Amino acid sequence: MVTLGHYLLVSGTLFTIGFAGVMLRRNIVTILMSLELMLNAANLSLVAFSRFHVDLTTGLPNYNAQVFVFFIITVAAAEVAVGLAIIVALYRSRQTTHVEDINALKF
Amino acid sequence: MQAFLFWCFALLMLVFGAAVVLNRNPVASALSLVVSFLGLAALFVMLDAFFIGIIQVLVYAGAVMVLFLFIIMLLDLRAEQLRKINWVATAGGIIVALILLIQIFTVVGHFKMAQRPFPPLTRSTIDDVHNVGALLFTNFNLPFQVIGVLVLVATVGVVVLSKREVR
Repeated sequence: MVTLGHYLLVSGTLFTIGFAGVMLRRNIVTILMSLELMLNAANLSLVAFSRFHVDLTTGLPNYNAQVFVFFIITVAAAEVAVGLAIIVALYRSRQTTHVEDINALKF
Repeated sequence: MQAFLFWCFALLMLVFGAAVVLNRNPVASALSLVVSFLGLAALFVMLDAFFIGIIQVLVYAGAVMVLFLFIIMLLDLRAEQLRKINWVATAGGIIVALILLIQIFTVVGHFKMAQRPFPPLTRSTIDDVHNVGALLFTNFNLPFQVIGVLVLVATVGVVVLSKREVR
């Protein structure tokens, strides 16, 4: 029997994988991919809660969460576009995508 | 049957999600990301969210993935050569991630409502494009228009950022 808890655990594990990617990887493109994993982990738990909260009058899932997921996907797509444009601009000026080489603001 | 499919797709998603982080070659990471998102779209369909599952495939496996592969091609990124690893930073990252995982498992384990099965739907959600769309244009009309402005700003920003500087 698959319960809400299983979906939340899978979502939390995916979030942790993305978080570990952001913490451990040094290639800025891979860091952006790990950020996408984290955003999608949040989407999975939102959709699971939407299915769990069935509206008793209509007998349908709660669609507010799905509209929220729709917004998150839109924002994530815009974020990827802007992020990759910044990476291209950075690569033009520094010829690197390795985060340890970008240390102008490092104390 | 449903439990079997759930574990299949969840494992597919998590294994390829881990492959995104563990691969040294950015192209392999990007292709693992596609498979991971396809598993996630299958989980959305299992949760009766057909519209979200379809836009997940269209936006992520379609648009975002092409964008990643295009940038990897444009920058001509190869597999990272091994550098001196900062072991303290690596160990710190792994420990923080493990603490986060333990906290999530503890919180979900103490969440009593999550042990209940999903309540059955009395109606089919096959027309959820209609339901999501109706909600989007009534209750969430203002956020929808704000998101339109956001996409416009992102488009202008990308054009400005990728324009060559005029000397």
